[in-house]
Amino acid sequence: MNRRDAIKNVALLLGTAISASTLAALEGCTGSGPRNYALEAPETKSILAEIAETIIPQTNTPGAKAAKVDEFILTMMQDCYEPKDQQILLDGLKKVDEASNKQYKKSFVDLTAEEKTAVLTEIDKERVAYNKRENKQKEDPTHYFQFIKELTLLGYFTSKPGATEALRYVAVPGKFEGCVPYKKGDKAWAM
Amino acid sequence: MNLNVKAGQENTYDAIVVGSGISGGWAAKELCEKGLKTLVLERGNDVQHVKDYTTAMMAPWEFKHRLQFTNEMKENYPIQSRCYAFDESSKQFWVNDKENPYNEIKPFNWLRGYHVGGRSLMWGRQVYRWSDLDFGANARDGHGVDWPIRYKDIESWYTYVEAFAGVSGQAEGLPQLPDGQFLPPMEMNCLEKHVAARIKEKYTDRIMTIGRVAHATKAMQNGRACQYRNLCHRGCPFTGYFSSNGVTLPAAAATGNLTLRPDSIVTEVIYDEKKGKATGVRVLDAHTLQTVEYYANIVFLNASTLGTTFVLLNSTSNRFPNGLGNDSEQVGHNLMDHHFGVGADGEFDGFEDQYYSSGRRPNGIYIPRFRNTNAATMRKDFVRGFGYQGGAGRGRGNGTEGIGAELKESLQEPGKWTMGIGSWGEHLPYYENKATLNKNKKDKYGLPTLDIDCEFKENELAMRKDMQESAREILDAAGLKNITSYDDMPPPGHCIHEMGTARMGKDPKTSVLNKWNQLHAVKNVFITDGACMASSACQNPSITYMALTARACDYAVQELKKGNI
Repeated sequence: MNRRDAIKNVALLLGTAISASTLAALEGCTGSGPRNYALEAPETKSILAEIAETIIPQTNTPGAKAAKVDEFILTMMQDCYEPKDQQILLDGLKKVDEASNKQYKKSFVDLTAEEKTAVLTEIDKERVAYNKRENKQKEDPTHYFQFIKELTLLGYFTSKPGATEALRYVAVPGKFEGCVPYKKGDKAWAM
Repeated sequence: MNLNVKAGQENTYDAIVVGSGISGGWAAKELCEKGLKTLVLERGNDVQHVKDYTTAMMAPWEFKHRLQFTNEMKENYPIQSRCYAFDESSKQFWVNDKENPYNEIKPFNWLRGYHVGGRSLMWGRQVYRWSDLDFGANARDGHGVDWPIRYKDIESWYTYVEAFAGVSGQAEGLPQLPDGQFLPPMEMNCLEKHVAARIKEKYTDRIMTIGRVAHATKAMQNGRACQYRNLCHRGCPFTGYFSSNGVTLPAAAATGNLTLRPDSIVTEVIYDEKKGKATGVRVLDAHTLQTVEYYANIVFLNASTLGTTFVLLNSTSNRFPNGLGNDSEQVGHNLMDHHFGVGADGEFDGFEDQYYSSGRRPNGIYIPRFRNTNAATMRKDFVRGFGYQGGAGRGRGNGTEGIGAELKESLQEPGKWTMGIGSWGEHLPYYENKATLNKNKKDKYGLPTLDIDCEFKENELAMRKDMQESAREILDAAGLKNITSYDDMPPPGHCIHEMGTARMGKDPKTSVLNKWNQLHAVKNVFITDGACMASSACQNPSITYMALTARACDYAVQELKKGNI
């Protein structure tokens, strides 16, 4: 029995009609590869949550933790990335801890907010330098902090707190005006 | 199991329409409104307007992967997922590539959805009339065969379908791009207005106008109106844009004459040699796998260009051993698309104190064709021409370097203005660009598959150089900075404007359809989807399919009443 049939059977048992499009949406919610259990380890999630919050901290608007960016990154890594990229991320998290230990003799999650920022600022510079390297080859691996940063920004600004509090989100605008005055400090439109 | 159900009177209608997409929906409406009991057969599942747009009202954060591609999508939709309108919110409207095989003799992206409404649910909604520059092109330069119609034959039908579909746009009075029956135009933003003004100032042969788009910019039937959400490809619960599901099929149903049968794969048209005409169609029920026959006086094929090609080639008889109506050996040939994916982008310094409202305009700008339009604009390196679509906007922030509050704050504000334009070019009809039936490779229903052998040639490649260079030149003239141009060269099919495989023409020896979209050799079979096109022009084709459909329906019913078919 394939997944489509399984879902159909569940729907029949529950006595619920299930539309073809819902069926398709349900089908899409599984990653196709074997699960990477290292991504599901509690320590993976906790260090990612701290890294994401350091990239996008709570200010007068919620930060990455409140937006559950850590969960988003892990979902994306599990369902949308190749095993080799998942490994790059997992190895990268170790490198973050190594850098913390080297500088502060503590693991990353135990650092103060300032120390976390200092560690990641250096790693971000390393990322920028790596992306600007000469003799780029197609097969070169992506820098782990590139994955983390992209997914943090994507996850945050598409989250409910990110889109509706850090940005402005209007679900049904109803009209479009091409030119409206803008003053510094006005938030950008989400999406 | 193939059980041939003896179909009787209950399977007999006045007309059968094969396909419920953008042209099939129009055929259904027109035939039903003219009083014909009409059966619409759709190979895919039912999609009921509003009710089945399950993702339409979802916020971005309600999508587990925030609309990004998953490994599962890449695995099951390797071709469909290349389309801009394919994402986590719309994938239910695209075919599973694994279950719907075809054979790429040369690279060809066949992008499609099998469901009621077809691609009218996910279409780009850009609407541009053709002119005699287009209808006269084949006669003028000798490529393909002459169109059997001119602009005057279709003009009133454009007006007719535009008035009902709802088309927003700005009248410009251009001979190469006739104005339509327009609803109020959408507004350009500040940078677009600036660029349009600079183009007007610097060029005598080209202008930039707001895109012409099938959106209700003021209330239409039942108060339907565009809400500026720009989530069209999920299906629109506000019926803000034209689709079969939201506009033509409800009109057809309202007459009481419509029977819509989803999950009905038409495998062939039944041809009666004694009568010398088609008597109906043979259907494979996608669920029961039973074969059922339906009968009617008129058959409209609106199964999409390649779908209709399949039906014709698969409908063989003693009279038509190579496919229905294929005396000319042109069925399946002259396959065209538009070639696109080439253009330029640039940044603009200024307008920092200008932005736009919360509305997400589901439309861009259009630069109509300006090459080979008259004696002054003739090119030596290629025939025909191209137009540009594009738009401007403000991104967010100022790069993504750094960590912490400062980065966050910068990303909460709009960034620089940027603008891009991309080109859509005409693809000439070449006999050797074709789709043929492969009887050795069958699909899961045991039906033959299509071999698709199509490419762009010298004329298109020469045109692309100009498309790329002119894009850069226009943006430069308009004052943009840091301009980068590109040519991604996507394969044919990717523009989703495939057409031409059962072309109209004057001569039955070299064409498949006459000037009424009627098979030369089988007068009660009409084809008004993209297959009928004798050339491709460079405009988005759907409105022309709609107009030709309404025109052919009018003719078909007149002929029926006269007893001629």
